[in-house]
Amino acid sequence: MRILPCGTTAILVEVADLEAVLGLYAALAASPPPGVLDIVPAARTVLLVIDPGLTSLGEVEAAVRATRPRRGAEPASDGTGDGTGDRVDVPVAYDGEDLDDVARLLGWDAADVVRRHADAEWTVAFSGFAPGFGYLVSPGWPVDVPRRSAPRTRVPSGAVGLAGQFSGVYPRESPGGWQLIGRTAITLFDPAREPAALLRPGTRVRFVPDGTA
Amino acid sequence: MRVLRVLATGPLTTVQDLGRPGRAATGIGRSGACDRASYRLANRLVGNPEDAPALEVTYGGLGLRAESDVVLVTTGARCSGGFPHNAPTVLRAGRSLELGPPASGLRTYVAVRGGFAVEPVLGSCSTDTLSGLGPAPLASGAALAVGTSPGPLPAIDVAPVPDPAPGDVTVQVLEGPRRDRFPDAAWAALVGQAWTVTTHSDRVGIRLTGRPLARSTEDELPSEGMVRGALQVPPSGLPVLFLADHPVTGGYPVIAYVVDADVDRCAQLRPGQRVSLRT
Repeated sequence: MRILPCGTTAILVEVADLEAVLGLYAALAASPPPGVLDIVPAARTVLLVIDPGLTSLGEVEAAVRATRPRRGAEPASDGTGDGTGDRVDVPVAYDGEDLDDVARLLGWDAADVVRRHADAEWTVAFSGFAPGFGYLVSPGWPVDVPRRSAPRTRVPSGAVGLAGQFSGVYPRESPGGWQLIGRTAITLFDPAREPAALLRPGTRVRFVPDGTA
Repeated sequence: MRVLRVLATGPLTTVQDLGRPGRAATGIGRSGACDRASYRLANRLVGNPEDAPALEVTYGGLGLRAESDVVLVTTGARCSGGFPHNAPTVLRAGRSLELGPPASGLRTYVAVRGGFAVEPVLGSCSTDTLSGLGPAPLASGAALAVGTSPGPLPAIDVAPVPDPAPGDVTVQVLEGPRRDRFPDAAWAALVGQAWTVTTHSDRVGIRLTGRPLARSTEDELPSEGMVRGALQVPPSGLPVLFLADHPVTGGYPVIAYVVDADVDRCAQLRPGQRVSLRT
């Protein structure tokens, strides 16, 4: 673990891999150090943002170093509502424009892509890109899918995609370079709802094939 | 209900408060007033809670007509037009506030006693120009409702605060998380030249121009979280200084951070001004 400086109001904790991020974030989100405003997981790092009126960077660094990471697959037992361990089923119509391309890239047939995507248990590793966009990983999806060579200028809301080791669902219409394999009608992000984001770091997700989604 | 009518907005006027902390893990940035010190001062001067919704006016141009008597104050960039600055002032029903361009600085805060009554979105009335969350920017003709007065007015006529500096500005920086991705010559260039603020600057960030910084490695950096004050260096070598509406995560290396106390002053920099970064 390396603690990297981010000015006077944050520190960046760099760890070995995504698995270590999941474990550290789950532990920190379950019991955040006092005075911490935001905890932001990413692919190799966890950012902690403080209110300097309530704590100091030194105190938060000490709290991080004393934290025992949860094992990556260990869900929260205390139902703290931080998203860690919540379970969500996402109904998907697997009719994405790139499904055949993805199958070709992986050397599978399209039915295999659908079956393996739907059989895997996914976990939201981190967010970013847009409010409510989760980067999902799964031990049951051990393959990398390259991004499209030319990003689309318009990806519809609810599109289910693949890129690298990740799967994700576009919470609203936006540009994007992910390979699209399906779509869902479920609302991923609603600013009138608390929490607004359906998929939060730590949320467990299953994609359920549904021709009517 | 007391109402202010919007006559003109200038280039951009938004409602701001202290933003949406605590939601970054789900991709929701903090947003909020760019110059928090001026914003807080405005609320204090009219006896509001420090986090009451106020207006952030970019390069003047705001016109408001009072439809009943209100107490207003302006802070931050001092606009031409003769309205008292840093001084709470009664605007009688039927009279107008008209802000001309500021002589120095970029952002003016307008607070009304009682606060602007705006429906919060996810705990904040701030317009996040990057994600689109919060109320739309002000439009001419709109009616702004005024909330109820919370407490006594402070016994102060004029707050003795300096105007945003014209000309060259110096702010303090600290080494950032990816300082080690840059050769020492790049660090020397970062802190050894006066950078010029470009017109491609907004609430997301200030794009600087000058002698580009070299990187030691072109290896890709996985995206990572950041806060305001980050100086991110894209492949052009020209740093971007992130302000209130910065993205939650970014993939270009952050060479340095402006100390938080100086970010408010950066939010008052206007295109063409020069800024020196010193340790």
